[in-house]
Amino acid sequence: MKYTTIIGLEVHVQLLTRTKLFSGCVNRFNPDAPNSQTDPVTLGLPGSLPVMNAEAFRLAVKVGMALNCEIARFTKWDRKQYYYPDLPKAYQISQYDLPLCSDGFLDITNAEGETRRIGIIRAHLEEDAGKNLHEGGSDSKVDLNRAGTPLVEIVSQPDLRSAAEAKQYLEELKLLLTYLAVSDCNMQEGSLRCDVNINLHVHTDDGHNIPTPIVEVKNLNSFRGVEMACEYETKRQIEDFQKTGQRLGDVPKQTRGWDLARGVSYPLRSKEEASDYRYFPDPDLAPVTVTGEWLDEVRETLGELPAARRDRLGDAWQLSQYDASVIITQGQDVADYYETVAQTCGDGKQAANWVTQDVLRELNERKLSIAQFPIPATVLGNLLNRVVAGEMTVKGAREVFTTLLELPADQVTDATVEQIITDKGLLLVTDTGEVDKAIDLVLADPKHEKAIADVRGGKQQAVGPLIGNVMKHLKGADPKAVRTRLLERIGGA
Amino acid sequence: MSVQLSRDDVAKVALLSRLKLDDGELDRMTEQLGAILGYVERLSEVDTEGIEPMAHAVERTNVFRADVETPMLPREAALSNAPKTDGQYFLVPQIFDAG
Repeated sequence: MKYTTIIGLEVHVQLLTRTKLFSGCVNRFNPDAPNSQTDPVTLGLPGSLPVMNAEAFRLAVKVGMALNCEIARFTKWDRKQYYYPDLPKAYQISQYDLPLCSDGFLDITNAEGETRRIGIIRAHLEEDAGKNLHEGGSDSKVDLNRAGTPLVEIVSQPDLRSAAEAKQYLEELKLLLTYLAVSDCNMQEGSLRCDVNINLHVHTDDGHNIPTPIVEVKNLNSFRGVEMACEYETKRQIEDFQKTGQRLGDVPKQTRGWDLARGVSYPLRSKEEASDYRYFPDPDLAPVTVTGEWLDEVRETLGELPAARRDRLGDAWQLSQYDASVIITQGQDVADYYETVAQTCGDGKQAANWVTQDVLRELNERKLSIAQFPIPATVLGNLLNRVVAGEMTVKGAREVFTTLLELPADQVTDATVEQIITDKGLLLVTDTGEVDKAIDLVLADPKHEKAIADVRGGKQQAVGPLIGNVMKHLKGADPKAVRTRLLERIGGA
Repeated sequence: MSVQLSRDDVAKVALLSRLKLDDGELDRMTEQLGAILGYVERLSEVDTEGIEPMAHAVERTNVFRADVETPMLPREAALSNAPKTDGQYFLVPQIFDAG
């Protein structure tokens, strides 16, 4: 059976504000102290009134701009009404018909290396609900610390065509939001959550296109989960279509949950009349209008976005798309570090090799952030400059690097690097006179006669021990250069 | 356009609002809500041709507050109105996620 998978994603992102969306109550992930971050607005107590957090509004506008959206000059908030224990007011303040941001896009690069433009239908600002905990027993627990914290909901067009593309979209979106510093995007803490809308277009042999019923898989909190759920649903919907022949419109939209442990989706009990939220404009909140000048001010704070920086790094330092992506994906601090190393050593490729391999490996092993990394970018850059200038081998530089990592941070300086290079004799002897003198000594030594004769007789591998002996006299020389010179000097076949 | 509010409409709204109405109440509410809607319906007599829809009754926009912390409720106070708590959480009848 031929088919195309059609996927759209709804992503909820927690904004990094100090306080909640509608009150000065602290906005902080704090599950160990449940219900310690509430106030009358959070609890929906009678007489309490919401007042919009200016910073949350500004951050939401930044998100919309970075997603190439139209920013509404006039926007308002609506009440979405339903009963659930984590929603104290029995309505969520959200945006219905006049979302803050609409009609944008995000470009991703798929596995084939093609750029795919994924449409953004809308992005709006709303409040989060609290958290229900089900730990067995006859009661569920409710923690309202999260209730009322600011969320941006980002709704994509159904432009994604595979589980892998869905994951790439999420990774690119997360990178963008991290660069904007609007959210910590911590998925374990639920700062970024995702609902998947997925169905198939079945292509029949006679050239027809049959859409199958749309299924929504709710509350996925890992990229892997999203990928797995898309793969699972694709398979399940194929089987379902082959069994029932059901098309879009034959049955109501189904909502499913995701069981991470078993790797399966399962039907959720459909809330009665769930779609009937009876939205109406919230009379407690004034609408917001923005001016072109204010939008320009916000736009100036966007900074360089990851896609632009990826292109710039690639162009400026002749990096492959792959190397540039690895650096950009590590976040701004690593990209800043890389750029300083590249500028200091003057060779972008050399800098990329070190940052993406040696530095990232150490960060992972030591569980450090780049800000905590003991070797400053200029020190590494100056060290690599010696390699670039041909004064040291990569192996020698690696020896210095390893030594530096063992030192207290305040001792990791250019002067220390010089000291290590001198102590270990890592500087290559580029003076050919020095090399020749050492070669003279070795060639004159009678115990090497046989090896010299072997080399002369065409047995090139016999040169190895001779190189070693020359190196011993030199305390730091490029073995390759020594080898070449030795062979020249011995001559022969 | 005149509004015809049915008994089923009222039953549905009652369900959405988690109100349990008996048959007598349903009849009474259908009649009373119908009368209210009929009264409001008189607004449609006003000619609104070319008038921009109003989003809010008060002509004020851009009421913001700074992102600054204000005092919070101690947990004990936050939980004090709850029908059931364990001193840390609000307790509610078991919620089933799976169908």
